[in-house]
Amino acid sequence: MKFKSVFDIIGPVMIGPSSSHTAGAARIGRVARDLFGRQPSWAKIHLYGSFAETYKGHSTDVAIIGGLLDYDTFDERIKTAFEEAEKLGMSYEFIPETGNVDHPNTARIVIGDDKSEMSMMGISIGGGKIEITELNGFPLRLSGNHPAILVVHDDRSGCIANVANCLYKYDINIGHMEVSRKERGDMALMVIEVDQTVNVEVMDELRGLPNITQVTRIAD
Amino acid sequence: MDVLFRNVRELVERAEKEGKLISEIMIEQEMLITDRSREDIMQQMDRNLTVMEEAVEKGLQGVHSVSGLTGGDAVLLQKYMQQGNSLSGDLLLDAVSKAVATNEVNAAMGTICATPTAGSAGVVPGTLFAVKNKLNPTREQMIRYLFTSGAFGFVVANNASISGAAGGCQAEVGSAAAMASAAIIEMAGGTPQQSSEAFAITLKNMLGLVCDPVAGLVEVPCVKRNAMGASNAVVAADMALAGVTSRIPCDEVISAMFEIGQAMPSAFRETAKGGLAATPTGKWLESKIFGGSVVGSGQ
Repeated sequence: MKFKSVFDIIGPVMIGPSSSHTAGAARIGRVARDLFGRQPSWAKIHLYGSFAETYKGHSTDVAIIGGLLDYDTFDERIKTAFEEAEKLGMSYEFIPETGNVDHPNTARIVIGDDKSEMSMMGISIGGGKIEITELNGFPLRLSGNHPAILVVHDDRSGCIANVANCLYKYDINIGHMEVSRKERGDMALMVIEVDQTVNVEVMDELRGLPNITQVTRIAD
Repeated sequence: MDVLFRNVRELVERAEKEGKLISEIMIEQEMLITDRSREDIMQQMDRNLTVMEEAVEKGLQGVHSVSGLTGGDAVLLQKYMQQGNSLSGDLLLDAVSKAVATNEVNAAMGTICATPTAGSAGVVPGTLFAVKNKLNPTREQMIRYLFTSGAFGFVVANNASISGAAGGCQAEVGSAAAMASAAIIEMAGGTPQQSSEAFAITLKNMLGLVCDPVAGLVEVPCVKRNAMGASNAVVAADMALAGVTSRIPCDEVISAMFEIGQAMPSAFRETAKGGLAATPTGKWLESKIFGGSVVGSGQ
């Protein structure tokens, strides 16, 4: 079941005009920002399907930038996100694509600064609900039925055990887990679906573990 | 994931067997799934209700979108009602004007609560605040109205779709209208089964509705479709309360809606490439708003 909470249906509270094209877009931007861990200095946003056709009318572009500035769906500053981005010195570019994708509301967000860059694919599935389908070229296969944690880390021994131990300490049960890496010793990704809600305390402890680059929660 | 209901049949059966309201089953499921307290959940819905009230109030004062395509109709309707000559009746027009008010605020990038989406956010609050004047519900009953709407919307979202890009306007305003209709029944003291009948009757009458927004904006025809969604919801609720039933069961109507959405060409799924968006005037409006080389005959 993709929609779990009644507040997925009666909600979110948001700035109009579209839950999928404005609120969902803002959420995709905000997850990217969260995964990147800091304010990016540049952003290239590729839009597909209905996003590409109607992004101006739905303020999808403004909303994604708002998300990248860490604004929630109801933050009034979404309306002036372009101006806010300029003030912060974040450059951005929108690229409407014609290629076919699985879902009509798809965005690929590539962000970065002088230290690193990141690529993420998100889809907006209706009513403001989103799914993240790809991160830095890693396809994410999340069922969407459970809260999930994404951990970007260096491919070193002990990382997986440390993360699992930390979750055990907080009595969080892992329902499904996938580990992938680009190349041996390079960047790796853990996708962990859990049964319990993951609070800020757990997230902070995970972030503090050795060789962990980034930790974020999605689909809870 | 353990849930209390996966479809409308299970929802109604559980409510009737346990002698509970549909809203109560939704609240219990929310507690079960999210591990939150009843109080916490009720408070969040109370806040959403407040957002809806504020949006209606703002819309009734008169708002206009940046494009200039929509705005001010809620005010026109309220003034017309005050003259006392309305043909369709005050409750119906009140629901229509308040649905329009919400969507005019949405189009103007105001703050709204998506129910189930932003483009269809007018129907549930529009009907709620109109029916309120007739039924005089408590604050809790008004909050429950949103849980009942949510319970039906939950089934549609998981078994079909609530996205115009995926299933057309039938998935958005169609779902919203049917959700509202089911909620009116509970507030009016009808049975869970009658909620299900009202839902089915409403959705059946919105099947096939395409999503064809002019210039891709959530304005034309979205605002007026919310108006008609609200009236559909009220009339279907009256039909169900009168004892009229749907020959096709609720869950099968939802499946039919999904199938119709799947078969809909993408021109009619929120791409602004077909239907009203592709009319000469629709194209002319688009070029007027965004510039570009589109030439239409327009007015």
